[in-house]
Amino acid sequence: MHDKIRVRTTINGEPREFLCEPRQSLLECLRDVLGLTGSKEGCNDGNCGACTVILDDRIVASCLVLGVEAEGATITTIEGVARGSELHPVQRAFLENAALQCGICTPGFIVAAKALLDREPHPTEERIRLYLANNLCRCTGYDKIVRAVQQAAEMQEAAR
Amino acid sequence: MKWFDYAAPQTLNDAVTLMTANPAARPLAGGTDLLVQLRSGRKETGFVVDIKRIPEMNEITYDPATGLTLGAAAPCYRIYGNPAVARAYPSLADVAALIGGTQIQGRASIGGNLCNAAPSADSVPLLIALGGKARIIGPSGEREVAVEDFCTAPGRNVLAPGELLVSIHLPPPAPNSGARYIRFIPRNEMDIAVAGAGVQVVMNNGAFHSARIALGAVAPTPLFVRQAGDSLMGRPVNDASVAEAAGLASQVARPITDMRGTADYRRHLCAVLTRRALEDAIRSARKNSHA
Repeated sequence: MHDKIRVRTTINGEPREFLCEPRQSLLECLRDVLGLTGSKEGCNDGNCGACTVILDDRIVASCLVLGVEAEGATITTIEGVARGSELHPVQRAFLENAALQCGICTPGFIVAAKALLDREPHPTEERIRLYLANNLCRCTGYDKIVRAVQQAAEMQEAAR
Repeated sequence: MKWFDYAAPQTLNDAVTLMTANPAARPLAGGTDLLVQLRSGRKETGFVVDIKRIPEMNEITYDPATGLTLGAAAPCYRIYGNPAVARAYPSLADVAALIGGTQIQGRASIGGNLCNAAPSADSVPLLIALGGKARIIGPSGEREVAVEDFCTAPGRNVLAPGELLVSIHLPPPAPNSGARYIRFIPRNEMDIAVAGAGVQVVMNNGAFHSARIALGAVAPTPLFVRQAGDSLMGRPVNDASVAEAAGLASQVARPITDMRGTADYRRHLCAVLTRRALEDAIRSARKNSHA
């Protein structure tokens, strides 16, 4: 009892093992155990999307996943979105469209938008808004964010 | 969250053994309700049993002769992404895409939605309308409970200590049938139903052969309004018969007043939502008969 559990995962392409208590969320494991503090804690109950990560190809709220549930899983966090020093098109488009103010929601939006464009390279505006409905921004409003995702889709298309 | 122990059994037998040995254990599927409740202190447990590594819990199998088996832990995205579900039960695919947002749909299961037993659970009125049966396993074997009898009070269900919901079974869709769940929320997405209506109609030569209607968020549990559906049997498909069934549904509702709406408003919504859901289900039944 009260032993920590060993969890083996692949995070941002690297094998990562960590020890955690069963009650620790994946978000807590990422931030407090592994030092990956890019994923943010907003509401801690699955409403705001600031802690969004890609878990085995699906976006999830990492505050609603236990660290121990990630055994064997492949995870992409915001830290794994850029390629080295080269920003991902979604990241560049967020900068160019000023699609952020305070920045707390931004990692979640970028991870979710990347997951959308990986799956659907040409989403409609309505599709973008629906897919990102689980990500809340209390600063800019959503128009700039949606425009950034649209521009990222165009940038990816141009690079093809 | 308070400390709990964790196990992820790989078989139903092992899961039942664990659940029986730890009567306060909580099963964990997607966790989108349970983890919120454990964190807030609304629920407490010393033991969490993760059921997602059990094959039966993840099953989504459709057989035109016997119907759909929906594993209790199958997440929403796998339900609406399943071609057989989208073809045979488009209303179920729609409801799986309605619950929460993309992140929630990546984890949350319909089985969990049923077990959580919220009066407003979006999938439950539709499961009732579709004639769903809950398949349960426990220390004394297996049993089956109609979905309309599964929830017993807000947050409570028929599962006895040691028992687990394994799957939900839906009969194959009848020819010339259509189904639909609609809810009212003041936002476009990501909200809890003020009221909801799930219906299924089976048509026969311009008349109703049968219909099942259930309501959400207007009683302590999702509410099967049998008499409203039965009122349509043998009646012609027209505005009058639909309006009468919608009125009956709203009379049976027992809504309360809370922050989401008043009892009067909810009762009004029951009639409107039932009518609209019936109209949609009729359209979809007609489309199926021409296909």
